[in-house]
Amino acid sequence: MSSDSDEEPIETTTEENPKSTKVSTVEKELELPKFEKGIADKIVEKFGTRIKVAFVKPDRVRINVSRDDVKEVASFLRDVLNFDHAESVSGVDYPQDKEIEVVYHLGSYTDSSLSRQILVLATRAQREENPIPGNDATKLPSLREIFYSVEFHEREIFEMFGVYFQGHPDNRRLLLPEDWADLPPLRKDFAIKGR
Amino acid sequence: MKMNTELPPGLALQKVDERIMTLNVGPQHPGSGHMRIIVQIDGDFIVACDPDPGYVHRGEEKMAEYRNYITNIPHLERPVIHDSCNILYPYVLGVEELLGIEVPERAKYIRVIAAELNRCVYTMYWLAIYGIFLGHSTMFMWPAGDRELLIDLLEKMTGARVTHAHFVPGGVRNDLPPNFEDVCLRQVNYFEKRIKEYAAVFYDNPILIARTANTGVLSREDAIRLGTTGSVLRASGVDYDIRKKEPYDVYEELDFQTNVLKEGDSYARSKIPWLDMMESCRIIRHALQKMPKSGSVRVKLKPNPKGGDASVYKRVESGRGSLGCYIVSDKKPEPYRVKLSVPSFRNLIALPYLLKGEKLGNMPSVYWSLNYWPVEADR
Repeated sequence: MSSDSDEEPIETTTEENPKSTKVSTVEKELELPKFEKGIADKIVEKFGTRIKVAFVKPDRVRINVSRDDVKEVASFLRDVLNFDHAESVSGVDYPQDKEIEVVYHLGSYTDSSLSRQILVLATRAQREENPIPGNDATKLPSLREIFYSVEFHEREIFEMFGVYFQGHPDNRRLLLPEDWADLPPLRKDFAIKGR
Repeated sequence: MKMNTELPPGLALQKVDERIMTLNVGPQHPGSGHMRIIVQIDGDFIVACDPDPGYVHRGEEKMAEYRNYITNIPHLERPVIHDSCNILYPYVLGVEELLGIEVPERAKYIRVIAAELNRCVYTMYWLAIYGIFLGHSTMFMWPAGDRELLIDLLEKMTGARVTHAHFVPGGVRNDLPPNFEDVCLRQVNYFEKRIKEYAAVFYDNPILIARTANTGVLSREDAIRLGTTGSVLRASGVDYDIRKKEPYDVYEELDFQTNVLKEGDSYARSKIPWLDMMESCRIIRHALQKMPKSGSVRVKLKPNPKGGDASVYKRVESGRGSLGCYIVSDKKPEPYRVKLSVPSFRNLIALPYLLKGEKLGNMPSVYWSLNYWPVEADR
């Protein structure tokens, strides 16, 4: 089979052979992908400085919006740009910024020109040092009326990060046990034992 | 730290009148997998359903934040051990983009072959359980036996029957064993011949059709609205397969088609994975033919590689549908956040819609036709 040290178990893959490490040209060519640029331009044209285009990469456009604008931007994405479902909704905890980010990855089944595209819509909620999930300032408007498919994803983020989604019809626990009384476990201050 | 007590703890059941009975199916019920399905029934008919997953939640995403990019591999495949290549695939593709690694051509073909073999192994397992759910014991025995053909191939290829941990950033862990191509071709051809025989005993069986046709119908609009994926979506008439729509590795160069059915019922949903297996056989044969006969299969990485200050979202078509991985990196050897957007979790949202108005006896067949794997949904 293969040569030298490839047979080591994965956990100890620390081959010291930096010369063969191929690092492709990380520098992006200045020319942004045209189609993706078009999507970003349409959003900027509509919302101006209220949104921030974080990046435009092949097949991926990311926009950051404030929590007050997220519903309006999401409606625009659905009604005008034809993004019709959420592939994934992720929470990311940023204790140093005192914020919790919620990232929606939106895709489209109906518009064939968008089938490769994922639009990343990110917004941030205020983070509490001592969370009381549901009863503190960590709140965001729910996108469930706009994208039906976020229902279970938002429930998961509520229990894992403590972000309460206002307007969500069913803000119950989904995966965690009913008697879980600790911190929301995917927050950075919830530490795994021994780590 | 106390949780808010005003919110209903766990499952809040709806107010019901005397006619309606609430049943807990699972989590130790053979008809529910590792989850609980709360159904409210009026006589024999389901009026409401509330899926309650989480019994096999293992915190994979949390664990991933404590391990570096390479040591994450063996545990991230655990949610679906019999489809382990496909669940690792988006993670590995994402790490490659973060670290800027070019994968050798031969490794890309080996990955595609492993992923397609794994898709068949997963689907055979799923089909066996589907058979037993319907009380069709032949359909349990046959797939469970025929699946060994492909498990043997994967064992030759990776050294493990399940939990292969074969994909690593930069390629695959090891090259194919000598003479693998011939053995693989022979086994896959035989496998294809075998699964075609399932038509006579299972898919064309009038009893099966009577039990599953027109039950749990999901319309095209609802399939899109609910954001379902994979076989559920394609059984409802939406032609969306990541391998075609956003090809990764070498899928662009391979010859295959996607299967779409219009009915959207349990029968169509259970037929799509079977049809997909035949396409997988085609892909494997074509990939064996086009694969470079020699060459490197793995780029060596620096110890403890660090990603930049970036995030990446990659997705692949797994045995159950689109499987995405969102990785946030913050210039450390460990990822800042790993999110697996798994098809089982995405398809689960359809269950209450499908079961409403169904007979209770149809619940197992409708539920399992979602191509659902509870352990994956919980992560």
